[in-house]
Amino acid sequence: MKSICFYFQIHQPFRLKTYRFFDIGNDHYYYDDFANDEIITRIAQRSYMPANEMLLDMIKENGKKFKVAFSITGTALEQLEQYVPEFIDSMKELAETGCVEFLSETYAHSLSSLVDPEEFVSQVKAHDQKIYQLFGQRPKVFRNTELIYDDDIASMVASMGFKGAITDGAKHILGWKSPNYLYKAAPVPKLKLLLKNSKLSDDISFRFSNPEWAAYPLTADKYIDWIASLPEEEMLINLFMNYETFGELQPRESGIFEFMKALPRFASQHNIEFMTPSEVVSKMKPVGELSVMHPISWADEARDTSAWMGNILQDEAVNKLYCLSERIRLIEDKRIRQDWNYLQASDHFYYMSTKHSSDGSVHSHYSPYDSPYAAFTNYMNVLSDFLIRVREQFPEEVENEELNALLLTIRNQEKEIEELNREVELMRNNIVKDTTGDFAPKVEEKEQEPEKKTPEKKAAAKKAPAKKVGEKKTTTKKVAKK
Amino acid sequence: MKALMFGWEFPPHILGGLGTASYGLTKGMAECGDMDITFVIPKPWGDEPKDFARIIGANSTPVAWRDVNWDYVEGRIGKVMNPQTYFDLRDHIYSDFNYMNTNDLGCIEFSGRYPDNLLEEINNYSIVAGVIARTVDCDVIHSHDWLTYPAGIHAKQVTGKPLVIHVHATDFDRSRGKVNPTVFSIEKDGMNNADHIITVSNLTRQTVIEKYGISPDKVTTVHNAVEPLSQDLLDIEVPPKHDKVVTFLGRITMQKGPEYFVDAAWQVLQKVHNVQFVMAGSGDMMEKMIRLAARRHIAGRFHFTGFLKGRQVYEMLKASDVYIMPSVSEPFGISPLEAMQMGVPSIISKQSGCAEILNNVIKVDYWDTNAIADAIYSIIKYPGMYKQLREQGLEEVNQITWDRAGAKVIDIYKRLINR
Repeated sequence: MKSICFYFQIHQPFRLKTYRFFDIGNDHYYYDDFANDEIITRIAQRSYMPANEMLLDMIKENGKKFKVAFSITGTALEQLEQYVPEFIDSMKELAETGCVEFLSETYAHSLSSLVDPEEFVSQVKAHDQKIYQLFGQRPKVFRNTELIYDDDIASMVASMGFKGAITDGAKHILGWKSPNYLYKAAPVPKLKLLLKNSKLSDDISFRFSNPEWAAYPLTADKYIDWIASLPEEEMLINLFMNYETFGELQPRESGIFEFMKALPRFASQHNIEFMTPSEVVSKMKPVGELSVMHPISWADEARDTSAWMGNILQDEAVNKLYCLSERIRLIEDKRIRQDWNYLQASDHFYYMSTKHSSDGSVHSHYSPYDSPYAAFTNYMNVLSDFLIRVREQFPEEVENEELNALLLTIRNQEKEIEELNREVELMRNNIVKDTTGDFAPKVEEKEQEPEKKTPEKKAAAKKAPAKKVGEKKTTTKKVAKK
Repeated sequence: MKALMFGWEFPPHILGGLGTASYGLTKGMAECGDMDITFVIPKPWGDEPKDFARIIGANSTPVAWRDVNWDYVEGRIGKVMNPQTYFDLRDHIYSDFNYMNTNDLGCIEFSGRYPDNLLEEINNYSIVAGVIARTVDCDVIHSHDWLTYPAGIHAKQVTGKPLVIHVHATDFDRSRGKVNPTVFSIEKDGMNNADHIITVSNLTRQTVIEKYGISPDKVTTVHNAVEPLSQDLLDIEVPPKHDKVVTFLGRITMQKGPEYFVDAAWQVLQKVHNVQFVMAGSGDMMEKMIRLAARRHIAGRFHFTGFLKGRQVYEMLKASDVYIMPSVSEPFGISPLEAMQMGVPSIISKQSGCAEILNNVIKVDYWDTNAIADAIYSIIKYPGMYKQLREQGLEEVNQITWDRAGAKVIDIYKRLINR
């Protein structure tokens, strides 16, 4: 039996306002609220809202046999909460049906997986926390910004406890293999990989209403026939697309909503079911390993990361941004942290792409700027101001190495504390064993009180370094004030 | 295929972009092969390159019979033209022009520049064209810019061959809309009589269609290109400098928008101090610009070099970090391409024809001095910007070669001849 796995992406960056070099050091607000409001409201009205309605209908009609997954970035969620709160409600309603799964990703739709592993982990956690707050789900399957993926990312993702990840079925990686199977990651075989079927996905999201396309008009009947006629062993069809496909990329009058609504009926005729990514990961068996040395993505013909980090402009912008990460980790100022998040959105770098081929025209279509050079100039002006603000907290004289040393001690202390805790638990277990033999060591609450007396010395040891950290922190701040 | 071209300037003695473009195009066409080009200019100096076109000087073409011998002619114009050509031409004098001011060889003198009696010189040029057209065998006639349109028309009437006129600029570009009616009528007459019109940009093509009322199917754009620079020029070394240098290079006239450069410079200087602005060139707005810079209190960082020529131009470019051309109206504008060849990031106005073919430059509206200032700031402050524009610009400009432009022109000739 074949399965279709749908996943829809929703992302909107915080677009920057025109920020001139005169503003550097004077104006610390960077965003084009008007454009951000206008764009997300328009897309929500034309696409997100009617598409949600459509999904809800489909789920109701098909007795929960129809399932989909969503990946919604933190920045998109923030904008939706602010400008289109009714969409969040509608999404909650969808979540309650139990037929919708939410995927994990970076909060800011960032490139941190390629540049800054530590930032990557913290962004993924922040995103999943946001999803949990809004929709009550803890994501189990990971999808990276623009499906960027390689072996290193696989290891990071697996170590965060994800069972599955989603990426593109890039031809130069798959070779003769088909994307219509479940794979596993070569460096960490316990991580299963779902690969996008580009042809079938793009048939819907890019070609559906194109009258010059040989297969036009596309009907649900025909589409399901294509899937049904795939070789019997190819069981998994991953259809990944932007949620704007419905109503925006393919306008309502193209019949895209009706097409979707008709899919489940024809699918059940051919005995094809719908699955969410986490169901796929738990139910299906991977057929082989995939090793990806150089990062891939779902963008452009090359399916690589050159759309974001492919020219000198992009390299400079990315480097200048991420050389701040160490300092920012020590900063608690909420506005700085928020700007740090928003400035990481991959879109800013995408606008700087200078590919002039057919890909280039797609780039300019999405860009609010005249040219990549204008995009770079504006972003760098903003970043220059941001840099000033970060420096005010941690001046340049504090060397990165010094900061690293500080961070290292802090991290080591965390580890130390953990280790000591474990030791405490062990000792505690030994002591309590006589009275409550079966107690699992992890249930701490009950034990914490009686045990406090015995390891007094350890507790003291625990506190001492923590104080030191505090002291050091204050000293650096003093330097800053000077 | 034999082409008879009428031009006004030819390197190395050039006054503006017209000579460079005429030369580049002729050479590019010659490189395409099977071309026999005769190039007429008012006043050759003798040091023009002759390997791909035969040069005829209008001032060495007799319009009145003089009984002179070979040695005398060789002594007089031998370094410019083969004496045999003189005698061939003399055989085709079609009327008695003795009433005109002719010299010992029966030729009319030309300045070859843009003198006050320019209209008279244009007229004389067209008289001479009648003799040349009767002498030189050709398949097509090609006139470069309005000064030579009357000559082209005359040659067409004499030979019956198709006339192509090449619009390097129109009076709308030169005058910011306040057109000289005499010039306009010469231009319009040329366009009406032409069998085909070549414009150096779509911008100019639009002007020709809209302002001169020419049918669009008679007008084709062939963008200009650049000659590769010699290694000697590329290797120019400039003394080390402490400040960034932003350069405007061109005639200081209304058309080139110099005041927008001053304003942008003023903005940048509010924020950055280690930068110098250079306005290289001369023109009728120079004094006004000097006063403007002084009034803005930036004279200390704003320099005027006067007219630069030859190697000086490239020395200036080599010392620059940013090149800027805020032209109000520029039919093509070859100098940003030269800046790019020297590896200088360029800012050009969207109202320039070359903006149509360049990607790795910053394009701004000429009046948008905020955008110009932003671009200057970005290039001098962010190394990535400088490097990207420099490297990609160099790569891009090296693809823009005259043989491609030449091939397009030859295609147009073929269409006309086979019509």
